[in-house]
Amino acid sequence: MIRFAWLVPALPLVAFFLIVFFGKRTPGKGAPIGIAAVFAAFVLSLLVLSHVAGGGEPVERSLPFFQAGRLELEVGTRVDGLAAVMMVVVTLVSLAVQVYSVGYMHGDRRYTWYFAALSLFTGSMLNLVVASNLFQLLVGWELVGICSYLLIGHWWEEKENSNAAIKAFITTKTGDVPFLFGIFVLWLAAGTANIGEITELVEHGEIAAGTLTVAALLLFGGAIGKSAQFPLHVWLPDAMAGPTPVSALIHAATMVAAGVYLAARLFAVFAASATALSFVGAIGVVTMLIAAVLALVQDDIKRVLAYSTVSQLAYMMAGLGLGEPGFTPSQFHLFTHAWFKALLFLAAGSVIHAVHTNDMRAMGGLRRQMPVTFWTFLVGSAALAGIFPLAGFWSKDEIIAAAWHSGHDLIFVGALATAALTALYMTRAVLLTFFGEYRGEAHPHESPRVMTWPLLLLAALSVGAGFLNASAFGVHTFAEWVHVGPEAHVEPFSWALAAVSLLAAGAGVAAGVALYGRYRERDPLRAAGPLYTFVERKYFLDDLYLKGIVRPTAYTVAAAVNWTNQYILDGLVNAAGWVARRVARLVDRLDRRVVDGAVNGVAFTTNVSGGLLRYIQTGNVQRYAVFLFVGVAVLAILITRVA
Amino acid sequence: MSGWEKSAVTLAVFLPAAGALAVALVPRHLDRLIRALGILSSGAALAVGVAILFGFDYGAGRELQFELNTRWIDAINARYHVGLDGISLPLFELTLLLSFLCLVYTWRFLPEPGRPKAFVALTLLLETGMAGTFVAFDLILFFIFWELVLVPMYFLIGIWGSANREYAAIKFFLYTLFGSVFMLLAFLGMFFKGPTPHTFDLLALQEFGAAGGFSRDLQMLLFAGVFLGFAIKVPMWPFHTWLPDAHTEAPTIGSVLLAGILLKMGTYGFVRIALPVLPDAARAWAPAIGVLAVIAIVYAALACLAQRDLKRLIAFSSVGHMGFVMLGIATLSDIGINAAIFGMVAHGIITGMLFFEVGSIYDRYHTRMIADIGGGMLQKIPWLAGLFAYTAIASLGLPGLAGFWGEVMALLSAYNPSGAVSEWTTLFRTLMVFGGIGTILTAGYFLWMLQRVNLGTVPDRWRDVPIPDVTRVELVAWAPLLVGILLLGVFPRAVLGVTNEAVEALVRVFGG
Amino acid sequence: MIAEATIRLPFVLFFSAVLFAAGVYGVLARRNAVLVLMSIELMLNAVNLNLVAFAARLGDLAGQVFALFVITVAAAEVGIGLAIVILIYRNRETINVDEVNLLKW
Repeated sequence: MIRFAWLVPALPLVAFFLIVFFGKRTPGKGAPIGIAAVFAAFVLSLLVLSHVAGGGEPVERSLPFFQAGRLELEVGTRVDGLAAVMMVVVTLVSLAVQVYSVGYMHGDRRYTWYFAALSLFTGSMLNLVVASNLFQLLVGWELVGICSYLLIGHWWEEKENSNAAIKAFITTKTGDVPFLFGIFVLWLAAGTANIGEITELVEHGEIAAGTLTVAALLLFGGAIGKSAQFPLHVWLPDAMAGPTPVSALIHAATMVAAGVYLAARLFAVFAASATALSFVGAIGVVTMLIAAVLALVQDDIKRVLAYSTVSQLAYMMAGLGLGEPGFTPSQFHLFTHAWFKALLFLAAGSVIHAVHTNDMRAMGGLRRQMPVTFWTFLVGSAALAGIFPLAGFWSKDEIIAAAWHSGHDLIFVGALATAALTALYMTRAVLLTFFGEYRGEAHPHESPRVMTWPLLLLAALSVGAGFLNASAFGVHTFAEWVHVGPEAHVEPFSWALAAVSLLAAGAGVAAGVALYGRYRERDPLRAAGPLYTFVERKYFLDDLYLKGIVRPTAYTVAAAVNWTNQYILDGLVNAAGWVARRVARLVDRLDRRVVDGAVNGVAFTTNVSGGLLRYIQTGNVQRYAVFLFVGVAVLAILITRVA
Repeated sequence: MSGWEKSAVTLAVFLPAAGALAVALVPRHLDRLIRALGILSSGAALAVGVAILFGFDYGAGRELQFELNTRWIDAINARYHVGLDGISLPLFELTLLLSFLCLVYTWRFLPEPGRPKAFVALTLLLETGMAGTFVAFDLILFFIFWELVLVPMYFLIGIWGSANREYAAIKFFLYTLFGSVFMLLAFLGMFFKGPTPHTFDLLALQEFGAAGGFSRDLQMLLFAGVFLGFAIKVPMWPFHTWLPDAHTEAPTIGSVLLAGILLKMGTYGFVRIALPVLPDAARAWAPAIGVLAVIAIVYAALACLAQRDLKRLIAFSSVGHMGFVMLGIATLSDIGINAAIFGMVAHGIITGMLFFEVGSIYDRYHTRMIADIGGGMLQKIPWLAGLFAYTAIASLGLPGLAGFWGEVMALLSAYNPSGAVSEWTTLFRTLMVFGGIGTILTAGYFLWMLQRVNLGTVPDRWRDVPIPDVTRVELVAWAPLLVGILLLGVFPRAVLGVTNEAVEALVRVFGG
Repeated sequence: MIAEATIRLPFVLFFSAVLFAAGVYGVLARRNAVLVLMSIELMLNAVNLNLVAFAARLGDLAGQVFALFVITVAAAEVGIGLAIVILIYRNRETINVDEVNLLKW
């Protein structure tokens, strides 16, 4: 079956071309093509997973791609448990989102193109997942970036949307450049870009530790950009300008998890460097806290979820930062998070679809009009908050336990604090959106079935996915699928730790109910004063980037360069031309006045003397005769004198 | 060797010139016939080119194939020596293809003031010059083709250009000529200081140079000469200022050929002549070239951010992309030079396409100012705007499209330059970092440009103006390029498979 | 003897000089073309006188032969001169030499 793993990314890519060229003319305007392709890919992914589920060596199949001197690249698939799980996640979320979009995007101006872009995204993401080669991975990595750009800017008539799209692309590209250099470092050190061969070389200790540290840190730059980690997290909240299903697929479940996936895929490289692991962990802790705090002060429901995503991705990063014990938990969290975060976004989309606004201040009381949406959102929130026995509980608990057992106190404390904050902001979101009285102008109604079915599917997964690795009950299925080293790493379950983390979540929920149980015009947190402003302005990071880097570059520096070009470099060229022309004019003058002047002077002299002499010529013969006689007389006198 | 193999290259090079002659004999009022003759003769050349593609032995890319070496000017021992190897083949084919497409485009679009006869004849003459440059293996022959290109391009810009055309044409001509003079001096230096009997034959000179025949001091001097000639043509920073003017003022197909092929003559010159004949000097000059290349990358990207004229923006982007090509060359490594040739072909296709599109936009809007177009093109003319976005995104180096591999491999080669310049590795890695920053800036200005031109709503002034979308002739002329952009992206072996052998043979002089 | 009674040379020369001066005056000052011609005749005859006088004095016939030539040439000259004068008169209705000045500048 694994022979056909390449079909998984290929099917959506083919669907992309089919939709672009024929979508508009087919019934369903292209959506069925995309859905069919991703469904087939999903089925294939399940088959692939069933093959590798038993563990064992990753299966790799590659073809030579090209050779340029020492650079020999191949293209192929490298499937292990991690990749197979990720394939299932991507295809299933994509399937749910595409079905959901049929309802959500109904009547959209660029309906067909939307589905084409979703297919392109899915294919590129899957290519990233299965890539056997770092350069191939890079191709998928950048392609998902451009898809993200295209879909964030889907409604490009509005300037804010295209601004958000550009911001997303440029910010992640800023991370991609170090990522690229990280690939270079690995390639040179290992002499190959093949992920399997690199992993093997690293595990045999054949690459210097210093090199690996550099490579890991550079690669992590890409992960910081793609997974929206501090300090490059700023693009993700703005990316909510895109259609909500896109946010669910790209900016919650799959693409933003690519950074985490990358670190896991090349875990050997990271694990070989303590510095890199500490760095990953530190970034994780910082990001999870600052993002969770940011999520507290958002009024836009999607931005709450966006910051929550940043925070949860940081959770996974922190998990990876724990080293080997954190590997399976972090990937498990990636797995469960995909379901409930996609669910939350789709449910939020359902709300937005009904009330035509993102602003939670204009919502409230929707649980009556939108029961399905409400219940699924609640399930998602609870899962996210880590309430027993939903999916989030199990995965989050594993990370916390791993942090505790491996003695990473900072990560442990940070994770607990984040758990509490997460519960708090999700409680706030649920209360503001679904409880109290409706404060908006629209006439909310439940969404059509094509939208609610995906919600129910994802809700079921949000409830049940956690049991794949419910160590409390001795279930370690996921750990057997996804692990480093020959044996699955099983974190011993500790009821005490679970109680602590539940306590943290419970505290968050309680605080949320206390603060937001009754709706207030003025957010109670505003009492924090300047601190609130500091958070509300996103720690002034956006201002720093925009006013400190982007605008000076795009306007001041660019204008200065252009000025230099026009007036200095081109000025030199033009000055050379000017000087040449001046010299030429001088030479010309010299030529006319002096050289030609001599020639003309001769003619002029002749002319003038002739003009003077002609006056003697009176025409009067007698006067000539006078001259004659005078002349003769003079001659006679002269001759006689001489004689 | 059969007669076909001996004559194919010559045939492809001179068919367009013959076409130009035929066009000159046709009475001026037979407009359609003239344009058809243009398409036919360049099409015939392209057909020969395709036949060459089939006859080429890809396993022996380092060998000179389709070679013809015969006596020409005995007095100075200049020979008519033409041929193709893995380095010149992609550029040669690109020349034939782009010229043909330009003439197809001319079937429908002829800039003011008309005069199809002169236009077509000059374009055909230009094609002969360009194609000849890439096949000449004799320095005098090379120089003649090189200079032959100048004259038709001068007239194309000077007659069919836009407002400031005369300034641009003269600047282009003089600037390039200025460089060529030094190049010619260097050629003469190679002739007189080279092997005995004195020869202009490139292969003989390469052999002589590789064996260390030229003293190091002489090499430095000769390299300075050819450097000026090639660097101005590329153009490298700071010799680039003729380019924005020439591109902006030139008619559409002038810009296409200028960006698509003329610039490559400079980089090709480096690869073909400067590096193999003067290896020691190349080694010494490489860091400087690398620095200039990276300055060009960052500088051009910043300048692009400041441009208000769409065509000028694209022109500046060429400077940056050629910076990547030169960076690859400067590393003197197999990857770098492969990257350079790939980058040349990719840039030829992509930027050629961009100039086609900008030309078509200008034809419709009668303005090239970004602010005057004012956005909303995706609403007004979705196909043209969509293709423009596709090409622009290819140009910013998206993987899966042509621009990617050249850029990435150039950066990769800077990370790991040839052993010949190993003492400069740190410098090259620093350059790589700045090149990487350049790619971010490149993405920035292209996306910003797309936002200002394509996105948003149609401004009031254009709302009721009928603006046609892509026409059939445009689509026919563009289709090969659009497909090529995708093809080179997903199947880079189409170029690298041809060049790699020859490049590996070339870099052997730098110790592999 | 009558042969003794010869006129002394200075007288002759003096007479001839006066005659020549009168001719010069006529040529330079008179306006009437006919009178100018006649004045030329006076000058020629003054020359003839000198030739004859010196021929007699030196006993050399060459002078007399010259005089004969001059008389002949003078006759022809007057003929042509008068013809020109007549033609001028026919064209210009004047024989005033001051007014015949086309041949200038």
